[in-house]
Amino acid sequence: MSLATPRTGRPALPARVWRAPLTKSFRRAPAAIVGALILVILIGGAVLAPWIAPTDPYDLASLDLFASRLPPIWVEGGEWPYILGTDGQGADVLSLILYGMRTSLSVGVLAVLVSSGLGTFLGLTAGYFGGLAGGIIMRAADIQFTFPAILLALLIGGLGTTLLPTHLQATLAVPIIVAALGLSHWPHFARLVRGAVLVEKTKDYVAAARLAGRGPWTIMRRQILPNVTNAILVLATLDIAFAVMGESTLSFLGFGLPPTEPSLGTLIRTGYAYLFSGEWWLVIFPALTLVLLVFAVNLVGDWLRDALNPRLR
Amino acid sequence: MIALLARRVGHGILVLFVVSLLAFLLSTVVGDPVASILGLSATPEDRIELASRLGLDRPWFVRYVDYIWNAVHFRFGMSYSAQRPVADLLVERIPATIELASVALVISLGVGIPLGLAAAVNRGKWWATVLMSSSVIGLSLPTFVVGILLIFVFSVQLGWLPSFGRGETVAIGWWTTGLLTKSGLLALIMPATALAISQIALIARLVRAEMLDVLRADYIRFARARGISQRSIQFSHALRNTLIPVITVSGIQLGFLVAFAIVAEAVFQWPGLGLLFITALGSTDIPVISAFLLLAAAFFVAINFIVDVLYVVVDPRLRAGTAGAGASL
Repeated sequence: MSLATPRTGRPALPARVWRAPLTKSFRRAPAAIVGALILVILIGGAVLAPWIAPTDPYDLASLDLFASRLPPIWVEGGEWPYILGTDGQGADVLSLILYGMRTSLSVGVLAVLVSSGLGTFLGLTAGYFGGLAGGIIMRAADIQFTFPAILLALLIGGLGTTLLPTHLQATLAVPIIVAALGLSHWPHFARLVRGAVLVEKTKDYVAAARLAGRGPWTIMRRQILPNVTNAILVLATLDIAFAVMGESTLSFLGFGLPPTEPSLGTLIRTGYAYLFSGEWWLVIFPALTLVLLVFAVNLVGDWLRDALNPRLR
Repeated sequence: MIALLARRVGHGILVLFVVSLLAFLLSTVVGDPVASILGLSATPEDRIELASRLGLDRPWFVRYVDYIWNAVHFRFGMSYSAQRPVADLLVERIPATIELASVALVISLGVGIPLGLAAAVNRGKWWATVLMSSSVIGLSLPTFVVGILLIFVFSVQLGWLPSFGRGETVAIGWWTTGLLTKSGLLALIMPATALAISQIALIARLVRAEMLDVLRADYIRFARARGISQRSIQFSHALRNTLIPVITVSGIQLGFLVAFAIVAEAVFQWPGLGLLFITALGSTDIPVISAFLLLAAAFFVAINFIVDVLYVVVDPRLRAGTAGAGASL
């Protein structure tokens, strides 16, 4: 008997993954496949940026001022290897975009970790314990729901950035924008989780766990949370699209990441100034990358929602 | 119904209270009026003297009541950067934002509803599928990116439309409108479109989903069994019930349009409240920021309340059901 075929007679892992219901629904959803392909390419490019980017745009020594303001390679005057052209300092636009995507994606993921973590924790507390604390939590969520999330993010990000002393603005830019986006979206998760807790709390198996002497946090983690992981996952995926868009909007308006740590939004902001002088590639390519990124996340998120939890539709 | 509305009023008051408290804290803690008036060279005695003259030595809740009293009478203090009363700035800027947001709302409803209906009625046809797939693109377009792309095509490349400002305006009393001049209308096209794009996609998706739900309902099947024509079923039976949630959503959309108007106004340098707010945020002009917060809170509370009332008025089931379970929302 070889090690490759376990004694239980179950098919090997790749076959099981291939036949899993989720994979099957994925194979039947062309939109999701397209979205996932785009995402793999974009995330791959972002992660591998230090190795695959044609130049390092932050290594000032490698910048070639003679190669500044070059148009994309297919336009007359474009030069290899600057496929998407260069900016005023001679930095390669493609490399800038790859590095910018790194920042945009990590801020987006961090922000969703904050909003989903905070929202799940508060939703669990509000649903399981109820009482005064629960009431206050859900009131706070209601109050926040009165306002569009982008307005809150703008307010937190804007005040956070401008109230800091100048020398701290650049160092604390990432935490501030992560907090701004995370704090503006936690009520979505809190509502979802609280609703699920209220349903599950009354069921017999939770009562059984309680009688068996399990503490409230263990019950929440082991009995209740598994019922909402799918819904949280769907919301979190779609929320990445919001966070990436929100980050770029804040950065574009000047309350996000500074030019020393450019995200796609910061690139669009700095490039926008050159739109009227004809150097359109500085703004159009980062903008299209941003749209493609959000589009791909939305495609995958939509599919995941339909596949995992049809009730959420 | 009265219980439901009373709860909503209570919620609105709570929101206003919390936001006004935040705005008050912002204006006292962050914007230190003594320092901003006296500057760095002031002696401690000067500071105490001025503080008592401005009433800043009174307990905080007295000052909070004072702050609210002033706000109710539209006294928001002086803008640091403009050196003019904040209330004047707000009044000057309001018409621009209202015109922009309402034109964008008309566009998004006017385009979104027909698209959603067409996609629902023609479900299964290839172009309806393409339509719905492309709505994901609409949802993925950030407002400022749409604005930039529009400017690139229609201002930089083609030179048809102005890239910034509001064009010529006509004053009607204190209200200034750009809807009556050619340059005003031309200047409105791109900002309103940029604002409307993602809302069009949202509304089309919502209308389609609602319409499909309604078309599956029993009364539609009975209407069909009675031999009523397909067109009549779709437009008189189904459409009316589809539009109920659309009313709610368009209220919420108006809220989002006003929030994203901040972004569109920044891209197009549209002289509205949003641009005022962004500029104030950039220069830490606290009186303007806190006044904007109060105004926004009042606006969003009002929108939510109107939507709730409309919902009850339009949907008779809610009126009947409130005695029992209806208030659970």
